[in-house]
Order: sequence, then structure tokens, then C-alpha cells
Amino acid sequence: MRNFWSILSAYLAAWAIFFVYSATVGRRLTRLEEELRRLKSRTGRDE
Amino acid sequence: MMLGKAAWNLAWWAVAIGLGFAGYAIFFIAPRELTMGSIQRIFYFHAATGISAYLCFFLSFLASIGYLASRQPRWDWMAVSTAEVGLAFDTVVLITGPIWAKPVWGTWWVWDARLTLAFIVELLYIAYLLLRRLSTEMDRRGMISAVFGIFAFLDVPLAYFSVRWWRTEHPGPVIAGGPNSGLDPRMWHVFAFTWLALLALMILMIRDRYRLEAMRQTVSEWKAEEELGVEMAEGKEVTQ
Repeated sequence: MRNFWSILSAYLAAWAIFFVYSATVGRRLTRLEEELRRLKSRTGRDE
Repeated sequence: MMLGKAAWNLAWWAVAIGLGFAGYAIFFIAPRELTMGSIQRIFYFHAATGISAYLCFFLSFLASIGYLASRQPRWDWMAVSTAEVGLAFDTVVLITGPIWAKPVWGTWWVWDARLTLAFIVELLYIAYLLLRRLSTEMDRRGMISAVFGIFAFLDVPLAYFSVRWWRTEHPGPVIAGGPNSGLDPRMWHVFAFTWLALLALMILMIRDRYRLEAMRQTVSEWKAEEELGVEMAEGKEVTQ
């Protein structure tokens, strides 16, 4: 297939951006969930 | 009805499988384009991602209007979530485009109307996200970003319609582009499937980003309440 490496690099770049972005959001969510749990246990609230 | 965590995990898996199948369809089901050859296969991702990005920016524009009209924080959360996800999609467009352009045009980039306006869209939404960091006060931040979000969106229709309005190096629209445009039915099916899979991915990303913003708000409220409680307790001790 001609231009195989161009096609492959385009798809890999797209996947990498989506993956890195989703992972960043996921990591930020986990951090906030932990913080919420900590606050909840300190204040003893049910939410 | 709210979906449970398991249902959302299932949705992520379904989207991953859908995108995997879209990749298979792009390489093995879609026919080879006669003029450009195999490099045209980038089109399925490039165009579908571009439409999704502009859809995100349109949603951000609507949410910004919603915030200005109601001052409800949820509109601000929706505006920033759709803008950020749109920016991720738009970055994919700006990277896959030059990779496609190099073998076809002989150059990575030209400053024609479409590419220049698309680049400005990217810069405007980066500016939108940076602007939000300048203020920590919720209402002020919401107001400034809503006004800027509306202003930023003005470039999106310009970029989208630039290939119809001006002669550009970037090709004209192949979908709904008039009598000389169109796709082979197999190409169209592959494109439609890829776009649906990317739309589903976009929805899941927006949902997660929105949840993040809502949770951030809850955390800052609880922290403020906790600090107030500590201050009151300390005040009590002083008066005793």
C-alpha cells in the first residue's frame, strides 16, 4: 500500500490524542473523587 | 433515568469496538480512491473528526448563550466541557490534515482560507481555556468565558463554509456539496459508520468532562463550608 506510513501515523496520532485526553480527564476525575471521599469522611455528610 | 457506572463502562467498550470496526472498514471495506490512492483513507477520520469538533463548538456556543441567559452553572460546565472536547477533536483534524496534504499537495501546509480559519479556530479555543484560568470567582469566570465563547464561535461557520465561498487549496465539500460532489455508496457507508462511532466517543468524553466540572464545584463548595466551620469553631474558642 502506497503511503502506508503516512496513513498509519495519521491514525496513530488521532488515537494518541483521544487516549491521552481521556486518560487526563480520567485521572482528574479519580483525584476529585478521592478528595470528595476525604471531605465526606471528615465532615460526616451523606452528600 | 441515570445510567450506572457499569452501563457507562459498557458504553466505553461499545465505542472502542465501534471505532475498531470503523478502522477495519476504512482499510478493508472502503474502496481505493482513484485519484489520490490509499492516502485518501485518512478522509474518513479527518472529515468525521472535523464535523464532530465543529458540532462541539456549536454546543459550546449554545451553552454560553444559556449561561448568559440563566446564570446557571450547569450551562458554564457544558460550555467548557464541549469546548475542551471540541479542541481535542480539532487537534486531530489539524494533525491528520497535513499528513494527508503532504503526498497529495506536495506540502504540509498552505495558508489558504480554510486552513488559516481552521487554525484560528484552534487558537481561539485554546485562548478560551486559558482565559478561564484567569479568574477563580465562578460567576465572573462564567460570564467572561460565555462572552468569549460566543465570540470564538463566529469563526467556526467561516471556517466551515470557506471551501464553498472561496477558491481554496483544500478541496470542496464531498458531502452535500452540489452536483459535482458525492461519495461512492461504500465510501459513504464507511464514513457514516466512522462518524457515528466518533460521535459516540464525543458524547462519552463530554459526559466525563462535565462530571469533572460538576465535581470540582462540589469539592470547592465543601471545602469552603469546611473552612467556614473551622473559622467559626476558632472564633468560638476565642470568645470563650
